[in-house]
Amino acid sequence: MNRAIRRMAIEVVEKNRGIDDLMIVGIRSRGVPIAERMTREIEQMEGQPVPFGILDITLYRDDLTTIAPQPVVKPTKLPEPIDDKNIVLVDDVLFTGRTIRAALDALIDFGRPKRVTLAVLIDRGHRELPIHADVIGKTVPTDADEVIKVKLTETDGEDEVLIMER
Amino acid sequence: MRIQGSALRSKDLLGIEPLTPEEIALILDTAEGFKEVSERPVKKVPALRGQLVINLFMEASTRTRVSFEIAEKRLSADTLNFAASGSAVEKGETLIDTADNLVAMRPNMIVIRHKHPGSPQMLAQRYPNIAVINAGDGAHEHPTQALLDAFTIRERLGRLSGVNVTIVGDIKYSRVVRSNIHLLTKMKANVTLAGPPTLMPAEIEKMGVRVVHSLDEAIEGADVIMMLRIQLERQGKLSFPSIREYYRTFGLTRERLRRAKKGVLVMHPGPMNRGVEIASDVADDPNYSVILDQVTNGVAVRMAVLYLLGGAHPGE
Repeated sequence: MNRAIRRMAIEVVEKNRGIDDLMIVGIRSRGVPIAERMTREIEQMEGQPVPFGILDITLYRDDLTTIAPQPVVKPTKLPEPIDDKNIVLVDDVLFTGRTIRAALDALIDFGRPKRVTLAVLIDRGHRELPIHADVIGKTVPTDADEVIKVKLTETDGEDEVLIMER
Repeated sequence: MRIQGSALRSKDLLGIEPLTPEEIALILDTAEGFKEVSERPVKKVPALRGQLVINLFMEASTRTRVSFEIAEKRLSADTLNFAASGSAVEKGETLIDTADNLVAMRPNMIVIRHKHPGSPQMLAQRYPNIAVINAGDGAHEHPTQALLDAFTIRERLGRLSGVNVTIVGDIKYSRVVRSNIHLLTKMKANVTLAGPPTLMPAEIEKMGVRVVHSLDEAIEGADVIMMLRIQLERQGKLSFPSIREYYRTFGLTRERLRRAKKGVLVMHPGPMNRGVEIASDVADDPNYSVILDQVTNGVAVRMAVLYLLGGAHPGE
């Protein structure tokens, strides 16, 4: 997994042609440690600090009134204004695309970035919205009724990706 | 269905008394997430889009009504403010008839303030698909005030458990005190009450609090001093000889504060009577007073309550 994250970090720097105006933003909850690790890799490569933020999308979900109990709301933390920045959104799994739709809406409420790109550790297919990832750690073909679970040392004690029958 | 543990068990917030410590912690944790929304350039999130909230205020209120309205707007709910004056209530319409008519227009939530204790509960039972929030019912409870007080204490001191909280003033007629005692004792804070004996209910110690009759004794060792409003509108039947005497005996002055612990927090639910229960320079001193923090935090706490009650409704 660490090799995949390092590769994603390299690809982000290449696609942005350097780290000018770059900001890495992790989507709560499992996008955050991945984004943190990518930021560290990029900082090591480039020898300069890169701003890193956290986005909570709970209040922008399209299923908020149909799920119970409500997910716990946590603060969004962006280190500086996002206007004219190259934002890289980071999440663990890209599935229906609805999380990313919510993340884009949440982000736009904070300003007008120059460009927003998406980096995900795993792309499992089955999109329900016209959304794609720019940087992908690994593409994993799945059935729609399978469950993909990404475990990370920071949140779960170990790095692991599980594919389970529902 | 609502799942116990990480959600509130009831569809309503009628008081602090029925809540568990876990539910109180959930509301305070959620409010932390909402505090940041009010600091954004666009102070609005779409969480309650399309939901109608009716603010039914049958008794005077500025802070609470405005705070609820701002919280609702920041969650993108549609809000309707109903005040008793200028409505059919003045023509003699009963609360039930007023509420039935408003409910016929399909609101999702009702925030109610009423002089009669228990009126929020009556509405909550009458309308099984509507979330009812108590914004103060007579001398019974004012749950969101106690929650924002607790949020402010926790924000400043990092915890509630073991904190020494002194509450001074009109204990007998105050719904703020009742909600605060329930909340603070549930969260394992130590509560001390002080005030004139005429304003101290008999056997209040049974709620798990300590009662003292001098301000100096109450201040000693306190981490938080909460001053209550003396209800001057009930002048003429004052429960103490004179306002000057009250100020001399129970008014919080700089002189009195010298005996307090370093870093003590001074709180007041508002509206303040400067020079009656609290000296002006104390109320305005940023080294002690967190009175305006309480107001700021009120919006975040009310957003949390609206969000937690405004989601899925079983049976809809």
